[in-house]
Amino acid sequence: MTAELLLWCVAALLATGAAGLLLHRRPMASAAVYAASLAITAAALTISARALLSPASLNGVISLPLGLPWLGTHFKVDALSAFFLLVINVGGAMASLFALGYGRHEETPGRVLPFFPAFLAGMNAVLLAADAFTFLFAWEFMSLSSWALVMAHHRRAGNAAAGYLYLLMASFGTLALLLAFGLLAGPSGAYDFAAIRQMPPAAAVSAVVLVLALIGAGSKAGLVPLHVWLPLAHPAAPTHVSALMSGVMTKVAVYGFVRIVFDLLGPPTWWWGAVVPFIGGITAVMGVLYALLQNDLKRLLAYSTVENIGIIFVGLGLALAFEANEMQAAAALAFTAALLHVFNHSLFKSLLFFGAGAVLSSTGERDMDRLGGLIHRMPRTAFAFLIGSAAISALPPFNGFVSEWLTFQAILLSPTLPQWLLKFLVPAVGALLALAAALAGACFVKAFGFTFLGRPRSDIAREAADTDRWSIAGMFILAALCLVAGILPGYFIDALGPVIEAMTGASLPRQEQLDWLTIVPIAQSRSSYNGLLVFFFIVLSASLAAEAIHRWASAAVRRSAPWDCGFPDSSPATQYSPGSFSQPIRRVFGSVLFRAHEEVQMPPPGDASPARLQVRLRDLPWDVIYAPMARAVAYCAERVNALQFLTIRGYLTLVFSALVVLLMVLAIWQ
Amino acid sequence: MMADLFVQFCEMLVVLGLAPLLAGYVRTLKARLVGRRGPPLLQPYRDLLRLIRKEVVLADSASWLFRAAPYIVFAATWVAAALVPTFATGLLFNYAADMIAIVALLASARFMLALAGLDVGTSFGGIGSSREMMIASLAEPAMVMVVFTLSLLAGSTQLSSIAAFMQGPGVGLRVSLAMALVALIMVAIAENARIPVDNPATHLELTMVHEAMIIEYSGRHLALIELASFVKLLLYISIIGCVFAPWGIAVAGQGLEAYLVGLAVYVVKLAVAGLLLALFETAIAKMRVFRYSDFLGSALMLGVLATLLLFVSRIA
Repeated sequence: MTAELLLWCVAALLATGAAGLLLHRRPMASAAVYAASLAITAAALTISARALLSPASLNGVISLPLGLPWLGTHFKVDALSAFFLLVINVGGAMASLFALGYGRHEETPGRVLPFFPAFLAGMNAVLLAADAFTFLFAWEFMSLSSWALVMAHHRRAGNAAAGYLYLLMASFGTLALLLAFGLLAGPSGAYDFAAIRQMPPAAAVSAVVLVLALIGAGSKAGLVPLHVWLPLAHPAAPTHVSALMSGVMTKVAVYGFVRIVFDLLGPPTWWWGAVVPFIGGITAVMGVLYALLQNDLKRLLAYSTVENIGIIFVGLGLALAFEANEMQAAAALAFTAALLHVFNHSLFKSLLFFGAGAVLSSTGERDMDRLGGLIHRMPRTAFAFLIGSAAISALPPFNGFVSEWLTFQAILLSPTLPQWLLKFLVPAVGALLALAAALAGACFVKAFGFTFLGRPRSDIAREAADTDRWSIAGMFILAALCLVAGILPGYFIDALGPVIEAMTGASLPRQEQLDWLTIVPIAQSRSSYNGLLVFFFIVLSASLAAEAIHRWASAAVRRSAPWDCGFPDSSPATQYSPGSFSQPIRRVFGSVLFRAHEEVQMPPPGDASPARLQVRLRDLPWDVIYAPMARAVAYCAERVNALQFLTIRGYLTLVFSALVVLLMVLAIWQ
Repeated sequence: MMADLFVQFCEMLVVLGLAPLLAGYVRTLKARLVGRRGPPLLQPYRDLLRLIRKEVVLADSASWLFRAAPYIVFAATWVAAALVPTFATGLLFNYAADMIAIVALLASARFMLALAGLDVGTSFGGIGSSREMMIASLAEPAMVMVVFTLSLLAGSTQLSSIAAFMQGPGVGLRVSLAMALVALIMVAIAENARIPVDNPATHLELTMVHEAMIIEYSGRHLALIELASFVKLLLYISIIGCVFAPWGIAVAGQGLEAYLVGLAVYVVKLAVAGLLLALFETAIAKMRVFRYSDFLGSALMLGVLATLLLFVSRIA
């Protein structure tokens, strides 16, 4: 029943897309399409939330006579897909709400309106799919519709290149997934998920499938070194789509990985639990370091998505390590941490992208070097963005802290793992994670501080106005959810129970009956956290301080020029700039990781021309992996190009020799 | 229940009351060590009183965040201090959050303060925020690694449980603990803006970090921020005290006498720690800014090594 209703939602979204295609020239088309998307995703959200809370009602596969004639298409909702459906439909509904206001600024609605609902439909369909063919078809549909959205403003500098790179990486990822499913299906070609589950592959095959799943899902999610397309493509799309791609589509990729590795692949081997957290830890630190060095607000947010995907994969990898050693309770904890971070990240990353979109629509700027002081002009956006920044920096009492805390608790359970490699690797991953969390704080001080605080760095920032009511509503709902998930995490952990149970065979103790809504993953003497009490005490002591100050202190306030150590300067150019903010961190980390190189060119004495500081950064994954690959492809293409200009005799000889070679191969084969 | 709440509340007041005294004590000791008479012991209280009586001079470009930040910074630091066992363990609030949450609460305070430094839009505030975040990006993971080491030994991230474990017979001398202690002290020095990382006594110097960040603050706002930084110093000393010198700490519910003994021992511990801090600060010179990463990087490495040793030495 659930799957059926959700399929109707997918169909309705596709119909909305078609309507958008036909009606995009009408003045009310944008509002109508986004309102319809909002209504449909809200319905899907309700359905999947109900499915997650009462998973017993989920059984039954729906088969439709579409697609391959001997296979058909199969759809099914289980606890895992219900959870991810909830995540993507929360994100989808909020993006539609935001777009009700933001979409009005769109110059070319015909390039956005048809694809936005189609993109949502594609993501929903991936989660509903219950056989490999349907899954891959929906996956590719999702990739292509999001590619169309990335290319919506294709004339803007850099966007076409971003779209090209995205298309390449998406095809490469789908190829890897195709091979993975091929290996899973085995020689008999059983592409149905239920059939795959029946016969787990041999050890060697499952190792290959793991690597292929890491490449396929990881390239979509943005694991280092497969992340290169992500910070180019996500910001290129219109902002509500950027929010969907960063906050939601990466979660579909995580779902793909979980579905293949945890569900279809059978019991894990211990070294999986070494590879996956290691890649996750590297991804987290590299992602946040890249993010810190960006001055473009949307690109900073996209790189920070890379970081958070790393954190999620650390949790998933730890769950694999524990499961391989039959430590089910610990596996449940690590898996809960990963899934909670999936949910949390979808909330605050959408919120932050909405904030960036509001800034973009009222100033036309993404470059923090030309923003500043917007807290005065856009107070409501600034407030919501501040909450998102605090949540993503894992600060209590917001939700980001809870999932990071759970991940740390999972790491602390790992000394009992018997394998030596894991004993060395897991503490190192813990240190990487702690480093990433601290750097994320610096990164979002930069993002918020240089966009919203200080004095305006350009005229356009000086005259900005706050955004419309719809966008504000979208941001405030997400900000409220960030707070609620942070102070009442017990309910959210309990809701994840059936998913964890299904994937790891154990689950955390029920949290909701505990005193004062504390969360206690293992035992109280070991660790506990009470977001509600922490929040309550912070509010209480802040108001106590405020009360005391107002009773006993002077209430006088005098406005004056900034003190600035006695030398105030009215030019906004004398402020700190985003580049100078990250300079210390660039010097500490960048000289090794990015081969950062600074060059100062001073004019000769007496010359009044300005001095120049040039910073060169090298992107190592690009230089080491992608650039040589591109050169190799170009070289081969150059050589093969000669085939285009043969005579007819030449072509006939070629065809004949190809035939002979193939027949010989066949003869030897048999 | 009411008695528990009362004891917890008293603990928070004790922390608040002792923090300026500790700062004044360290200042006086430092002055004596270099042969000056130094300010009276109670000078920090007088400074705070003077500050809250003065008017606030607010920059034209300051926003509501600048005015709200001191309250949030103070509240987050105070709540973090309430989570640390000072004279007694197992107080009502101790189980609300663990040591990782204490690190994160201090990170919240730092986050707000760094934003406030950027709010007015001057170069001084920016330089302070930027350097503070650079220091934090190394000090915070080092602190987390110390937490890992302690909690792997004690089997808990709760400070109360760790303190109870350290009092028990199962501790013994461990290399990991020594490394964790050194790393924790290095982090505490960096986080509290003490020499050799920062100099709390200078105001107009390009090497400063914390003072540059709060340079635009005045009046009651400055008083709150100063008080928060006093509390932070006390908090770090209390953490070191309850983990590495856990003697004499009362356990909740033992009654008034135990609490009083605990309080007396606690004051002695603060006095010893303050003396050591003053000696250390007098004996050492301030570092260049870009040497911080070496200093804190070694703290981080010590923390990682301490954790790694525990991982490796535990045979399942």
